[in-house]
Amino acid sequence: MESEWKFDQYIYMVINEDLMLPTREPVMLLDPEGRPTAGDGAALPAPDDLVRGLAGMVAARRFNEQSSVLVRQGRLAVYPSSYGQEACQVAAAQVLDDGDWLFPTYRDTAAAVARGVDPVEVLGLLKGDWHSGYDPYERRVAPLATPLATQLPHAVGVAHAGRLRGEPTVVLAMCGDGATSEGDFHEALNFAAVFRAPVVFFVQNNQYAISVPLSRQSAAPSLAHKGVGYGVPGELVDGNDLAALLAVLSAAVGRARSGAGPQLVEGRTYRMQAHTNADDATRYRTDAEVAAWADRDPLRRLDAYLRTQGLLDDARAAAHADAAERLARHTRDGINVDVVPDPADLFAHVYSRPTPQLVEQLAQVRDELSRDEPSPDATGADAPNRAEAR
Amino acid sequence: MTSTAVEHETLSTAQAINRALRDALTEDPTVLVFGEDVGALGGVFRVTDGLTAEFGEDRCFDTPLAEAGIAGFAVGLAMNGMRPVIEMQFDAFAYPAFEQVVSHIAKMRNRTRGRVELPLVIRVPYAGGVGGVEHHSDSSESYYAHTPGLHVVAPSNPADAYRLLREAIASPDPVVFLEPKKLYWAKGEVSFGGGEPGIGTAVVRREGTDATLIAYGPSVPVALDAAEAAARDGRSLQVVDLRSIVPFDDATVCAAVESTGRAVVIAEAAGFASVASEIAARVSERCFHSLAAPVRRVTGFDIPYPPPKLEHLQLPSVDRILDAVDDLQWEDA
Repeated sequence: MESEWKFDQYIYMVINEDLMLPTREPVMLLDPEGRPTAGDGAALPAPDDLVRGLAGMVAARRFNEQSSVLVRQGRLAVYPSSYGQEACQVAAAQVLDDGDWLFPTYRDTAAAVARGVDPVEVLGLLKGDWHSGYDPYERRVAPLATPLATQLPHAVGVAHAGRLRGEPTVVLAMCGDGATSEGDFHEALNFAAVFRAPVVFFVQNNQYAISVPLSRQSAAPSLAHKGVGYGVPGELVDGNDLAALLAVLSAAVGRARSGAGPQLVEGRTYRMQAHTNADDATRYRTDAEVAAWADRDPLRRLDAYLRTQGLLDDARAAAHADAAERLARHTRDGINVDVVPDPADLFAHVYSRPTPQLVEQLAQVRDELSRDEPSPDATGADAPNRAEAR
Repeated sequence: MTSTAVEHETLSTAQAINRALRDALTEDPTVLVFGEDVGALGGVFRVTDGLTAEFGEDRCFDTPLAEAGIAGFAVGLAMNGMRPVIEMQFDAFAYPAFEQVVSHIAKMRNRTRGRVELPLVIRVPYAGGVGGVEHHSDSSESYYAHTPGLHVVAPSNPADAYRLLREAIASPDPVVFLEPKKLYWAKGEVSFGGGEPGIGTAVVRREGTDATLIAYGPSVPVALDAAEAAARDGRSLQVVDLRSIVPFDDATVCAAVESTGRAVVIAEAAGFASVASEIAARVSERCFHSLAAPVRRVTGFDIPYPPPKLEHLQLPSVDRILDAVDDLQWEDA
């Protein structure tokens, strides 16, 4: 009996292990030229979803461009761009319901915007007025995570709380390839699997952690393979193919919502620009490599497909561009407003009520500032120039 | 309020903490208790004994053995309407969770301007004196106390353990709840009524006129023993029990020191850059003109916690405290 039991367990494990492994090649529904990879394209998401996705990507790209300009103009301290990763950014937001949660990283500002958070508030962290610029509960978007992978266990907790209350909440938690080396990535996957938490872990593998290439992060066949060790199914998908991302992520969200537990999805994409404006990508990668990925651009691919299907014409494309321009203008105008941070805020939110020591320290700062009042004619002399529209 | 009508009961510290968890689980359906071995086993110190049986697997449960995961999981639960009470099995085993504690638990309210609060409690069986092998006896309070955004409390008796934990669970702020291991079995009268607020308030445990001993957690009973011994020698020592390291009760501590003019700070943790250092500095700055002698500290030495057969040399003792008191520039010396 003993050996029989073990044998059964072994078979059970092997069968499920096979089901959990990702495909050898990334799931791709549209090739880089925008042609369906499988005959009639029956596996493709509905046309409306694709058109909406393209509009989202056009907006996301414009947002990336605008934000980079705002850095050059000195209006943002820094901007980690998701240029080239717009398919991942848009898909992450598009597959969720209003009651779901999105956990973005610092590079996922476009995803937060796609979910409906005010872009000016999204950029609050990078503008430097405060650490997190938006109310996470308003659109159910967690604060942009700066430390790597530490937001993933939070995502599992949020998902588990919803499940304990019998709510249908699914959490989509984003991270990058570098973050998969962090311990919290593994602990989060393990917790999610053990508690069958409705979480979709979405790794944007953009090939670099600042300068360190994927080959130095992992020797695994793919990052999606990392799920199997935790009992979490892994899927590998072309991260520049919005159609494939919508299909795979929607299935994962649906699976999680049905109570079947977490899933790991690796989107294979490329960070087309440097890590941030402070980085010099020419020190660690070649122009030829970047050019090869430019040929796999997610916007061009979907645009080409929709036009051949008669789902997109110039008028509709122009409407997408106009909407993107309005987003850029709103972003620009909002970021160009100078906010004078209130020093009292430094002490107001450390605890629900400031400790007596913080009350003393605020009084000290107020006293210093009162002795520091500038003379009237100096006011505004060294205020930053307002950035002009690009 | 609870299943029993008794308002007072004699309990050990471990039983008082268990009772606080039970009462909180009973009164508030959002309270969750989890960690390593807290379920069927009831915790390695039996602090969570019987809770899974009484409240079910959804309310008190074992997790994978991963402290960062436990703390991070608690963050998410607290973000989404729950009040997690997590157990770090031993002081030194809490270190894998350090990033979650410092970068997220402590900062979430501040980074979101108060929009996201994390009402969670991190229970840590802590400090030495129980013959634990290495990594089982650390006094880790200074790490937490140095981190803005955390409340840090350390009860010295069963009554405070009950009341402080109830307050910690009800608090909208994250609380690091340090449970002195060597006091787990110490018994005392516990009141289940409302009582005075404990977090943020120190208390004078023993009145005295010649010098003030300032202690918290496991060092309070030692300080009281020292005061008792000193009384036999004709010296009247006052004992202040901090209870709450953060927020720190400057008012009570300073009033006490000003009333005697002399102070000795007592703590098990290594003295360098410690909570004891902070107290000594605060008292020196704020009570300078009332002091007849420099503030003395009786702390652990600046060494890794010793093996069991040598730990008595690390722990503040009655003799070491009395030696420090003798050193306080007495005019009659």
